[in-house]
Amino acid sequence: MPHSYTPGLTVTDHTVIHRRRMLPLPGKVLVNVGDRVRSDQVVARAELPGKVFPINLANQLSVAPGEIKDYLIKKQGDVIEKDEILAENKPLIKWFKTEIRSPVAGTIESASLVTGQVLLREPPRMLQLLAYADGAIVETIPQQGVVVETTCSLVQGIFGIGGETSGEIVMAVKAPDEPLTPSHFNSTMKGKVVVGGSFLSFDAMSQARAFGVAGVVVGGIHDEDLRALLGYDVGVAITGAEQVGFTLILTEGFGAIPMAAKTFKLLSTHAGKKASISGATQIRAGVIRPEIIIPRGESVVGIVAQMQREGIRLGDPVRIIRDPLFGRIGEVSALPSELTKISTESEVRVLEVKFSDGKRVVIPRTNIEVIEGT
Amino acid sequence: MTASASTPPKIDRPLNVIVATDCGSTTTKAILIEKVGDEYRQTYRGEAPTTVEAPFEDVTRGVLNAIAEIEELSGRKILDGDKIITPCRNDKTGVDIYISTSSAGGGLQMMVTGVVQNMTGESAQRAALGAGAIVIDVLAANDGRLPHEKIERIRSMRPDMILMSGGTDGGAVTHVVEMAEYVAAAEPRPRFGMTYKLPLIYAGNKEAQPQVKKILEEKSALVVTENIRPVLERENLAPARNKIHDLFLEHVMQQAPGYRKLIDMTGAPIMPTPAAVGLIMETIAKREHLNLIGVDIGGATTDVFSVFDGVFNRTVSANLGMSYSVSNVLAEAGLANIMRWVPFTIDEQTLRNRIKNKMIRPTTIPQTLDELQIEQAIAREALRLALIHHKSLATGLKGVQQERTISDVFEQQTSGKTLIDMLKLDLIVGSGGILSHAPRRIQSMLMMVDAYEPTGCTMLSVDSIFMMPHLGALSTINEKAATDVFVRDCMIYLGTCVAPIGQGKDGEVCADYEITWPDGKASKERLRFGELRLFPLESGKQATIMVQPAKQINVGAGAGTAITKEVLGGVVGLLLDGRGRPFRLPAEQQARVAALTKWFDAVGLYPTAK
Repeated sequence: MPHSYTPGLTVTDHTVIHRRRMLPLPGKVLVNVGDRVRSDQVVARAELPGKVFPINLANQLSVAPGEIKDYLIKKQGDVIEKDEILAENKPLIKWFKTEIRSPVAGTIESASLVTGQVLLREPPRMLQLLAYADGAIVETIPQQGVVVETTCSLVQGIFGIGGETSGEIVMAVKAPDEPLTPSHFNSTMKGKVVVGGSFLSFDAMSQARAFGVAGVVVGGIHDEDLRALLGYDVGVAITGAEQVGFTLILTEGFGAIPMAAKTFKLLSTHAGKKASISGATQIRAGVIRPEIIIPRGESVVGIVAQMQREGIRLGDPVRIIRDPLFGRIGEVSALPSELTKISTESEVRVLEVKFSDGKRVVIPRTNIEVIEGT
Repeated sequence: MTASASTPPKIDRPLNVIVATDCGSTTTKAILIEKVGDEYRQTYRGEAPTTVEAPFEDVTRGVLNAIAEIEELSGRKILDGDKIITPCRNDKTGVDIYISTSSAGGGLQMMVTGVVQNMTGESAQRAALGAGAIVIDVLAANDGRLPHEKIERIRSMRPDMILMSGGTDGGAVTHVVEMAEYVAAAEPRPRFGMTYKLPLIYAGNKEAQPQVKKILEEKSALVVTENIRPVLERENLAPARNKIHDLFLEHVMQQAPGYRKLIDMTGAPIMPTPAAVGLIMETIAKREHLNLIGVDIGGATTDVFSVFDGVFNRTVSANLGMSYSVSNVLAEAGLANIMRWVPFTIDEQTLRNRIKNKMIRPTTIPQTLDELQIEQAIAREALRLALIHHKSLATGLKGVQQERTISDVFEQQTSGKTLIDMLKLDLIVGSGGILSHAPRRIQSMLMMVDAYEPTGCTMLSVDSIFMMPHLGALSTINEKAATDVFVRDCMIYLGTCVAPIGQGKDGEVCADYEITWPDGKASKERLRFGELRLFPLESGKQATIMVQPAKQINVGAGAGTAITKEVLGGVVGLLLDGRGRPFRLPAEQQARVAALTKWFDAVGLYPTAK
């Protein structure tokens, strides 16, 4: 049988993680193995080639492509300023003179005698790669990037939007089932990571943006509020590049769903501490989930990397991830091995989940996820 | 196996036991094929999670795990440590060959360029799609984007490969050279591997080859091949497709984790999964002289294949799928189109949240009947939209009617006629979890009938366990083995759908029909508009149906003209569809729910049906 088991989201107070920080193109690594780094420290940089502006000189001068060399003032490789003359004709009558000026500052990349086109390139732009999380450099990849190791508390969310940022953790609500309302936000939350309970409304999102919070971590939101926030519908779950003013991380899913007690408790115990967060989510081809990293600043000695799970065991805490019991949390109370016919008539592998009130339900194994971490 | 993908190896030893895998994005599926008497049969299968990603980052782990499952089930020893034992040593040890296909890591992603968007741009797109790629953008001189926008677009994309076309042989070179200049200026970088050069195939005007080489040779791994459109009237896609397969193996695959090892393990070149599926469909259509449409609806993408009058086409709707891309189906189809297939109401917010929750937790399955009905409603819309997309690209060549200069061609508004003719269609083949694993087979059949609206008499079938990729790869080295297994183990015939073209009020006469059953008995009845009738007709059995349509109604021979046809049975049977073509659901909510409930009950679609 295939492994009908959904890898869970990690919520752990103590772990060691490695984050691979890679430049998008070759550049220079600025740190060495063993260096301690801060989240906002530049660890590598690269020059992004400038934008290219094509100008069809042959058309603009009304000459054949092969003739443009006779009209060019500048040569290939020359530096040119904005509005500086790039090419001109030399008519007998001055009134018919045409001057072609450069629309940008940069260099002449090429001049084609086949197409009559000149390509201008703007100066390169410096791209700086930050460490993202406080920690130590454990590996450098020449010209490409580094690996940062951090001893931390780690919470993985299920879905997020917005890129990497950091800030102090603030608990805005008292209980995991309390929704975040606009009145929970205030000016002291600027640049901080605000943790809410079950739900974030669109009005509350607007308020978070108005107060300049760095991030919001919450149980759930409505899809239509997300659409209103972004201005478009997220069709495929590949996120991280959105710019809505703050990074948003959902711990449970879409709808009003209380944050798992374990997650809420862990974040509560770290209130006031600095966290590095990322909303980047990619569900296909190499799962990336949003995350909240709270560095512990301790030595890594004696901490062993987490073991890979083999499967589900009795007593594991699980979250139901499909309606009609979406978001409920319980523990595995039975693992029958035989296929069971469910109400859709599909024959699937199931398990039994026991809730805190003692009630038991049978759920397809693919419809739960284990809450990972100790 | 490192031989060129475009020239499969000649294997002279007998192939009696074959193991094949398909490395998908999430699951690696292995099947065992054995020669039983004179026939090849698929005997055992195994599955394991694909291991391209961390922590394993070695695709062969998943392959070995899936094969190990076959070992357990079959009792045959196939693995010796990390090696596959080839050839067979005895009845219970080894296999004669191991082959594989792959779509792991998001498949083969390509960008294509042409000069005129609906001519060389489309030809390049067809070449790439036919080779099994996902086309992430088509750039053309007349695509409406300004030059700097084109360059920005090329810069921002990270394809696995670029295919450049443009111009007929001997025609003007300016536009195609201009595009080469844009590509060079953009300095595109490959998706994987920071240090290797991006593979780029030039298949345009041969007169421009020297200039293109000069511009791009330094900046990319340039391969020059024959023009895909040597003259306006003819496409020549095979050389470009073969180059795509070669470069896929030589460059792209080499960058993916563990693929170098996998290439050494296989006895034939690794194929991109959709290319293999296309190949088996094309082989079967040509062998049986059928016009067919095949669909593979996956979690992220929906592939549509068609063969009409021997012409093969493939399209991929990259963002229509049942899990990762499910939210996009809602965005593209609209809520009303999805909900029209559901016999109950649900508020928009709840439905939107449910669909998003499926997107972020793609492995979950419907647990209740209403959830199943919603998923099947979404599938109908994904299938419908993917076919519309396919029809727009599976066309005759555009721009061949008149002699024009290139400047006239820029202004051309007419488009080629689609090759998809539902009246000529003989067979629909469905594949993908939602179709292959529907709890009742009638559900698969009705999803395809509702989405595609077949007309006349059309057979429908599903792929039993998704083994078409394996069989496509196998067909390159042993066509008999591939077709034997395809016919006997892969295809599950659902039955035949008979659907007259035309519309009428509910209860009006649509057609009179007489069915002569395999036992010689005959039944003569009347089909009225708004009716759906299902008759059992077993797999392998054949009945004769005479249909006399009402005036203005057509079953394939013209309005009011009777037809007599042999129809084949299947696990569902013979479906007479009097709901009209084009098929329109009642607009009013109560009437729509009543109509759906009536049809669902008539064919026993769901357990609640009486």
